[in-house]
Amino acid sequence: MTEARKFRIATASLAGCFGCHMSFLDIDEKLLDLLQLVDFDRTPLTDIKTIGLRGPCDIGLIEGGVCNAENVHVLREFRAHCKILVAMGACAVNGGLPAQRNHLDLRDILSEVYHTEAGLAHGGIPNDPELPLPLNEVHPIHEVVKVDYFLPGCPPPADAIWKFLTDLIAGRTPRLGHGLLRYD
Amino acid sequence: MLTDILDRHRRDGTRLMQILREAQEALGWLSPATITAIASGIGWPRAKVEGTASFYSFFHTRPMGEYRVLWSDNITDRMLGNLDLMQAMCQKLWLEPGRVSEDGLVSVDTTSCTGMCDQGPAVLVNYRAIPRMTRERVELMVELIRARKPLADWPADWFVIEDNIRRADILLGNRMAPGEALGAALAAGADAMLAEIRTSQLRGRGGAGFATGLKWEACRQARGTAHYVICNADEGEPGTFKDRVLLTRQPDLVFEGMTIAAHIIGARRGYVYLRGEYRYLLESLESVLAARRAAGLLGADILGKGFDFDIEIHLGAGAYVCGEESALIESLEGKRGVPRNRPPYPVTHGFLNQPTVVNNVETFAAAALIAARGGDWYRSFGTPRSAGTKILSVSGDCARPGVYEYPFGVSVRQVLADCGAHDSQAVQISGPSGICIGPDEFDRRIAFEDIPTAGAFMIFDIRRDIFDVVRNFIHFFAHESCGFCTPCRVGTTLLKNLMDKIAAGHGTRYDIDEIYQLNRVLRTAAHCGLGHTAANPLVHTLEKFRPAYERRLKSMEFEPAFDLDAALSEARQMTGRDDAGAHLATDTENAR
Ligand SMILES: Cc1cc2nc3c(=O)[nH]c(=O)nc-3n(C[C@H](O)[C@H](O)[C@H](O)COP(=O)(O)O)c2cc1C
Ligand code: SF4
Ligand code: SF4
Repeated sequence: MTEARKFRIATASLAGCFGCHMSFLDIDEKLLDLLQLVDFDRTPLTDIKTIGLRGPCDIGLIEGGVCNAENVHVLREFRAHCKILVAMGACAVNGGLPAQRNHLDLRDILSEVYHTEAGLAHGGIPNDPELPLPLNEVHPIHEVVKVDYFLPGCPPPADAIWKFLTDLIAGRTPRLGHGLLRYD
Repeated sequence: MLTDILDRHRRDGTRLMQILREAQEALGWLSPATITAIASGIGWPRAKVEGTASFYSFFHTRPMGEYRVLWSDNITDRMLGNLDLMQAMCQKLWLEPGRVSEDGLVSVDTTSCTGMCDQGPAVLVNYRAIPRMTRERVELMVELIRARKPLADWPADWFVIEDNIRRADILLGNRMAPGEALGAALAAGADAMLAEIRTSQLRGRGGAGFATGLKWEACRQARGTAHYVICNADEGEPGTFKDRVLLTRQPDLVFEGMTIAAHIIGARRGYVYLRGEYRYLLESLESVLAARRAAGLLGADILGKGFDFDIEIHLGAGAYVCGEESALIESLEGKRGVPRNRPPYPVTHGFLNQPTVVNNVETFAAAALIAARGGDWYRSFGTPRSAGTKILSVSGDCARPGVYEYPFGVSVRQVLADCGAHDSQAVQISGPSGICIGPDEFDRRIAFEDIPTAGAFMIFDIRRDIFDVVRNFIHFFAHESCGFCTPCRVGTTLLKNLMDKIAAGHGTRYDIDEIYQLNRVLRTAAHCGLGHTAANPLVHTLEKFRPAYERRLKSMEFEPAFDLDAALSEARQMTGRDDAGAHLATDTENAR
């Protein structure tokens, strides 16, 4: 009997607040059970910075929406290396809180912050090529890459994340029942 | 003024729709003060009155101008150029669609199909129908509006609605005198009459095809303090206009059918739920009712047989979902038109929770015919499983659009030949919620056992892009979803967005998969028939006209919903950067 191959999981936080990752850690002692089943690839939890070096990942969890060019690159890398990509949390699913800026013109925001606002108006709008440029609007991740599953909630409850992952690992289509499915 | 209206309706809350309509006709719009006054007049909580006022698209709780011009936006109106004409009208009025002009004079917008598909493009001006719009009419209309001419002084021929009866059979062709069918029914007695209806095998003409005899029998047996008869004249399914013609040419037959039903089930009151788009029919229908009362065919002691029954006309206010019988009843009670949980069905718990029969206009007319001529006679028309005739509303690409009555069993090909359709590539039967068939199916037949229909028959020839047709339909459903249940409220909008994404050239294979997925959700989880069938046009045409979608797809792989590089334009402008990092490749190699 061969031992079942462990699942590889990668996670990233784009335009999010890390609240979803915190909720993930809130599965507490079940984290140990989870480690029996999975290995972690790139994730803030392991501090591995590059995805896919040790082979393809099975599951990618994305927190946060897409607000700048770097988010686009990271998201595309995840898509390229993960068989299953999951939008985790309200921000990834529909833009969430950061998308509150969408009704403002980005140019107005930048001038307000870097030209008008007292105390910050030293160097003008930063234009260092090292810095990623912000997008005109914040987008949910499914507008940029194909997303396989959506896990709503702000953040999704720890139990929902646990149920979702164990379903995926067991090969069941994840079904979040009453109490786990949250829209805020 | 408001006091008069309230008094005329006996300050009865179930008459709220009529009170709101009359108040709006008198005052121009439903201001907060008007709503407060009506609420206290009928003794309802204000929020409930506002709930009703805000539900229906023909009621407005803000001023919409002295003249409100609504362009019917069915696909048949589109094919006749309604959008160009609307654009021209807006330009001349210096107006954006949906906005009220600064001087408060006029607003111009679109509305769902107004049932003038055989004589479009059509508009409603202050809820009065004007068909056959042309560029000349637009120009003159703009002048009349600018001059603030009352509608009564507009050219009278503008308001003429054609009947366009192209083929009449036993129903449209009958020449019975008022009272003939009713006399026969009362002479035979309720039991014998019910037996006749059952013998005839008459089935409902509103779409679902439920056996009329069974429905009436169930209602007659149901216990209640009162029984009611309701005629469903909401006719909201785009492409359907045969009930309009029946109510114009055979109103006595329809009222007679209702009266016969009332006699069988033991009702003393009946209602016609007439769609707001047919407001222009109200006065003529009222006068037919008055004539029937004068002739002893309605009111107290009908034909001297000690049977009392009267009919009232209730106008809807622009909500397709109110064609669904339980939503219709809610609306008739003065509430928002949200479908009820079923069961219980209206036959036991209908209007005011009492046993109620709801039937389509054509069903009542056919029942009257059966009363006069007998069930066996009626059954001799049509096919063994579909008795009688069916009236079709034919529109779209053909030489002779209009109303065609055929015995059941007629082939689609026959109808196409009769109406002068050439090079047809598709026919949408029974409206957007019905089915779409292509040329290889034109030998199929109009019948309950093959293609059942509520009557719409829209023809598209080879010049038409089927994708545009379907996109128009899903916009209709998204607009008409009553919003009560999430699968339909969200699902129809998602379908609309997907179709718009594909139309904008950003679509992919995954979007097609998503359409199927949403269809499953709507079928299984929506609360009423509107949601259940909303994805039908997409699913049918994906099966039969798939290339119409595929040639629009940007790629068979995933595509972003927007132009990524363009999304950095504002930041580039503000930072003055143009280095490689200030751009995003749009190729999707990385995106799988
Ligand atoms: C969304 C929706 C709209 C409907 N619209 C109409 C309509 O406009 N006219 C109609 O007669 N039936 C309509 N129906 C069907 C009615 O619910 C009901 O079945 C019919 O009026 C019964 O009459 P019948 O047995 O004579 O057909 C609609 C149903 C749904 C779900
Ligand atoms: S969904 Fe909520 S918890 Fe998660 S990143 Fe967004 S704001 Fe934070
Ligand atoms: S299915 Fe649509 S129309 Fe029907 S109740 Fe739900 S939201 Fe309303």
